[in-house]
Amino acid sequence: MQIYLPIAEMTVNALVILGMGGVVGFLSGLFGVGGGFLMTPLLIFIGVPAAVAVGTQANQLVAASVSGVLAHWRRGNVDVKLGLVMLAGSSVGTVLGVWLFGILKRLGQIDVAIALSYVVFLGIIGGLMLVESLRALIRRRRPGTRRSKLHHHNFLHGLPLKTRFHKSRLYVSILLPIAIGAVGGFLVAIMGIGGGFFLVPAMIYLLGMPASTVAGTSLFQIIFTTAIATFLQAQQNQTVDVVLAVLLLAGGVIGAQFGSRASGRLRGDQARALLAALVLAVCIKLLIDLVATPQSLYSVTPIEPVPTVADPSALAPGAGQ
Amino acid sequence: MSAWAAASIRHVGRLLVLAAWLVAATPGPAAAQPLVADLSDHLIAIATDFTGREVVLFGALDAPGDVVVVVRGPEQEMVVRQKQRRLGIWLNVESMSFVGVPSFYGVASSRSIADVAPRAVRERYGIGVHSLRLDPSDPDDRGTIDYAIFRRALIEQKQSTDLFGRTVRPVVFLGDRLFRTNIVFPANVPTGQYTVSVYLLRDGAVVGAQTTPLAVNKVGIGAAVFTFAHRQSAIYGAIAILIAVAAGWLAGFVFRRS
Repeated sequence: MQIYLPIAEMTVNALVILGMGGVVGFLSGLFGVGGGFLMTPLLIFIGVPAAVAVGTQANQLVAASVSGVLAHWRRGNVDVKLGLVMLAGSSVGTVLGVWLFGILKRLGQIDVAIALSYVVFLGIIGGLMLVESLRALIRRRRPGTRRSKLHHHNFLHGLPLKTRFHKSRLYVSILLPIAIGAVGGFLVAIMGIGGGFFLVPAMIYLLGMPASTVAGTSLFQIIFTTAIATFLQAQQNQTVDVVLAVLLLAGGVIGAQFGSRASGRLRGDQARALLAALVLAVCIKLLIDLVATPQSLYSVTPIEPVPTVADPSALAPGAGQ
Repeated sequence: MSAWAAASIRHVGRLLVLAAWLVAATPGPAAAQPLVADLSDHLIAIATDFTGREVVLFGALDAPGDVVVVVRGPEQEMVVRQKQRRLGIWLNVESMSFVGVPSFYGVASSRSIADVAPRAVRERYGIGVHSLRLDPSDPDDRGTIDYAIFRRALIEQKQSTDLFGRTVRPVVFLGDRLFRTNIVFPANVPTGQYTVSVYLLRDGAVVGAQTTPLAVNKVGIGAAVFTFAHRQSAIYGAIAILIAVAAGWLAGFVFRRS
């Protein structure tokens, strides 16, 4: 079933897009992450222009996070106060990210910048998660080992503006969630991802949040960040393809429901180990693409888009003073 | 009435039939034209199910000759970037821009273009990708070794996305006066105003030419969405968010465990 995407300006098989949305949606429901880090490379791989992939993905993630957060909301696993504090940071991060995206695009370095950020972030996060979850799995096998402290005290607990977040049973400086939110928002704009794969481990390891509220709170915050990114990308770059987004989210929201049900059958450490493996696999694939000799050393980009609507004023010589 | 007069009337009658056919085929002072041609369609409508189109170009000559057809899409400025390895990673390092690059380019000819026209004529009329005029944005780049490399890269990249024809398509003659050729537009054809130029050549010189416009436009929902996204981009963005929120909410509601 062929369908034409009006903003991406290409024809795709609707079933392929629905399927991609479904698989990525399932994984995002399973792990409580947006799945953008899988979807954006997939879209670019099937020929969607990188800028349209990033912009549309932000739109699709709004739907995925809304449907994802509902289940967590009913179970009372959303820390609204913490989410809003993070949102303050992520709004700034998103605006900065869209601004930097434009500059890098003009310099012709956006593709490498996207790939490099993927490799660096996925590598660090995936590596940390893999080590941690393997350790937890091994500990489970040997029940005699000493139980670790609830959370470690380090310099992060010395920051000012400490606030209590009752739902997450936290007493931390608000600067920390703001900073985490800012990085998350930046990632939405540059990489077309919700930032869940960064937010979830950051909230667990840096904030020391209990696992129960992490997924719901990060999804809650991602709704707003991706909505801001969607608006900015649509308004400044016209890179949000609604037809593509609707196809992706139709597959995505259905997949996410099955994913979040399946997540009940998965232990936390198992889920983290699987997610870590997935994150590292994408990271290695992108690293190979960066290092391997490309098929063609040349790329061609239009400096100005082809004017599709005749505009006589654009052709007329500039009027005098 | 003499035999001469009868023959003359028959001759005039035949000319009139031909003239009437020419007038029917194209408006304007047709009898003086050595070449007339037209397209089966002057509009390519890109709807949501668009997967490419074929348009038939047909025409007639006043006497035998060679026919070359050149299709050009709207022009745009393009930048060609060259990757080099830096610290183990492939980065865009060198670049060169070109002005007036047709977004789409294709050629059809009744014979091999090298046989039909000498190099100078091919370059003047832009017949064949290697004779296509591609000027660098910076005039200092013209004629350099880099210019030749980047020009070739530009052509190869356009060919790899089917926007520049890899081969010269055939122009088929029916008898020695009537001809036709098929122009193939791929699914990724850029929108805008196209020109289809038909050249009549004899002994390597262009003796007749006709240019027909062709529009490639988005229609239906696709066009409405595209126009709306570009003209009312803020409202478009807000609607996109609302659709996403509604869809997410709906899915969460439908799949709610009772």
